[in-house]
Amino acid sequence: MKKLIAGAAIALMGLAGAAVAEEYPDRPIMMMVSYGAGGATDFQARIVTMTAGNEDALGMPIAIINKPGAGGRVGWNWFATQADADGYTLAAYNVPHFIAQSIKGGVSYSADSFEPIANWGADPAVFVVGADSPFNSMADVVAHATENPGKLTFSGAGLFVGHHIAALQIEKAAGVKMAYIPTKGGGAAAMKAVIAGEVMGGINNLSDAFRAQEAGNVKILGVADLQRSDFLPDVPTMQEQGLDVDNSSVNFRGVMVPKDTPQEVIDKLAATVPEMFANPRVAKKMQAGGSPMHIMTRDEVKAMWAAREQTLKELLAGL
Amino acid sequence: MEFIYYFGDVFSPLSFLLLLGGTIGGLILGATPGLSPTMAVALLIPFTFHLEAVQGLILLGAAYTSTVAGGAVSAILLKIPGAPANIATTLDGHKMAKQGQGAKALQLSFLASAAGGIFGVLLLIFLTPLLAEWALAFGPSHLFWLAILGVTVIGSLDSASVVKGLLSGCIGLWLATIGFDDIMGAQRFIFHPSLGGGINIIAALIGLFAIPQVLTMFAKGRRTEGAEVIEVQKHSVLDATRELLRRPRALGIGTITGSVIGLIPGVGGQIAGLVAYDQTKKFSSEKEKFGKGHSEGVIAAEAANNAMVGPSLVPLLTLSIPGSPTAAVLLGGLLIHGIFPGSDLFDNHPDVAWTFINSMLVGQVLMCLFGLYVAGLAARVAQVPQSVMAAIVLALSVFGAYSVQSSMGDVYVMACLGIGMYFLERFGFSAAPLVLGLILGPIAEANFIQGGMIADATVGKASYFLSGGLNIFLIAVVVASVAYSAWMELRTRRYTTKEEAQA
Repeated sequence: MKKLIAGAAIALMGLAGAAVAEEYPDRPIMMMVSYGAGGATDFQARIVTMTAGNEDALGMPIAIINKPGAGGRVGWNWFATQADADGYTLAAYNVPHFIAQSIKGGVSYSADSFEPIANWGADPAVFVVGADSPFNSMADVVAHATENPGKLTFSGAGLFVGHHIAALQIEKAAGVKMAYIPTKGGGAAAMKAVIAGEVMGGINNLSDAFRAQEAGNVKILGVADLQRSDFLPDVPTMQEQGLDVDNSSVNFRGVMVPKDTPQEVIDKLAATVPEMFANPRVAKKMQAGGSPMHIMTRDEVKAMWAAREQTLKELLAGL
Repeated sequence: MEFIYYFGDVFSPLSFLLLLGGTIGGLILGATPGLSPTMAVALLIPFTFHLEAVQGLILLGAAYTSTVAGGAVSAILLKIPGAPANIATTLDGHKMAKQGQGAKALQLSFLASAAGGIFGVLLLIFLTPLLAEWALAFGPSHLFWLAILGVTVIGSLDSASVVKGLLSGCIGLWLATIGFDDIMGAQRFIFHPSLGGGINIIAALIGLFAIPQVLTMFAKGRRTEGAEVIEVQKHSVLDATRELLRRPRALGIGTITGSVIGLIPGVGGQIAGLVAYDQTKKFSSEKEKFGKGHSEGVIAAEAANNAMVGPSLVPLLTLSIPGSPTAAVLLGGLLIHGIFPGSDLFDNHPDVAWTFINSMLVGQVLMCLFGLYVAGLAARVAQVPQSVMAAIVLALSVFGAYSVQSSMGDVYVMACLGIGMYFLERFGFSAAPLVLGLILGPIAEANFIQGGMIADATVGKASYFLSGGLNIFLIAVVVASVAYSAWMELRTRRYTTKEEAQA
């Protein structure tokens, strides 16, 4: 009996080895999201992977697994150190979050620990103020901050995330000191602080801010991106308002695999996944939810990661 | 009265079928250890991709309502609280089950859940604009004081003495600091990789409540005379209803505490049950019966945690801010159909908004009916011999802890905390204050740091935390709560010394 089991096991292993290249994927795939169920990343990951089981995509469904905690560090630590590099374990990435965290230290990953597959979305940071705020443009904000150094409070979803990067860039560009208040509980808590008047302004995700503006709760003063957003054609970018803020804080979301994943698997994924994201059903759902899409291929993402790491190293050097 | 107009939509064949499915499925998911309401609702989201917006929300609303109540089943029968909301239910509910009153405890919990739940949804229907302002009134300083108020409850909660209660609360507060600090990103006490994310509250709950009980059962060994097979007394629903009506105070305090606390974003759901339990105990004429299988404890806890469901959705539906993790998942369910909560929802999609709210109302009634049916069946669980029961609870505990985020690390955490708690219980410490510390620690800390940063940039810490009507009111309640506990402690001590002197 023992021999039989051993024989079967060896046969299975042989099969698995040969099957990697041609047959991948031959079973459902798991995708780890390092934020909780219901968050923007989780929500979007579920939408963009919903067509994975179609014949023209991977032919196998993708199941989402949440490993939230410590601003994403828990999930990415797990992914870098414990996940199987066999192509059946994918993860969602958030840039600049994980790159900024790896520069700051205390985690067991860096941009080199992962291999990007494709990017699906780009959610720029925006500056919001309460609907009844006296500020009507970034110039008003900067003027107030110049008169009252360190007194202008503005919220964001934590330290070393896109919001914090945008805050640092705005302060640097305007040459002022403001009081950045990191909140616990993500963008929702930061938005609540703005609407309730606990802080004078805030950095938030474009998609959430767009909803809050539609509901009449906030005004959006500027977008921290290179061009205006399709969702907010009337809101000028920071650069248009004379603040030298580029797209370093834009929250790029996409799919990656651990470093030692077989090259054939990476190639197969890199070819199929952007196609899968481009499915019109996906685009419709993303559009409905106010989530901006931005599909990028593996090579484009690689270049974006490298550029981001460069900028963030310079920006965070002083902290 | 707009909501009555949309009642018809709830009863269209497909909607009602989904409502039934969501309710029954929710009860089963809720009763499964480790599956919190948030997880259950998240699991159902993919199904709503293929449904109309209204129908998708009916499914999610029904599931939310019934998973909160379903958690009582495992809390009462197995002493495994399915979610933080059910902690208070275990305190008296499991004792009742041990005394053979499992059916009664379950019936009471479902009846109280429905009563509290319906009140909560009615608040949502009639007072939403007013409640939205109230939800926003709580800034960092108020949330800090609210958490401190919760800490003052620790001492009087289910413990042999106030000092032991406070001590186990402190252990909980310390455990809460483990992991990456959420605001600064500093690492604290991470001596094992599975602690990186801190101690997962669901895994901790399972470990602290279920494991000591499993160990106790195993410690009794195979001695047949020790294997007490609990007789389950049949209990009629009518008697349960009468019992509920005889306890209007527990029901009232539970419902009101649950609705008020459930409203506060970020805090409510987790502590509503515990605070309601403690308040009911303080106002009860039969204080000494609490913790020994008293029906008031179950009624207050369950009324509170279902009353919280309606108000907890107020910040989401009016301001588009999800106030709880479950609300965040529901937000996803709305967004996927291109509906933005807030004025857009009530102005442009009133059919969706009101049908959703109505379905929660009808869901509460259905949940109660099925719950009562389940109560009859599920109480038989207690007839299983202890050795078998211990194995089942252990297996469910491991399964539950693992399934929270598919991680063995949580299972280790659960096992360690459980073994530690087994020894602590032998010295008269209790799990409830420990868990309360674990929940409140991060709330108090984050709000103190955040409030402190705002204060430093504006008016200074002293005036930020100590002035303003709501701050002063909360501080007064804290002082009153501490004074009351101290006074009760002194009074009982005087009595005991007198009795000892006479003896």
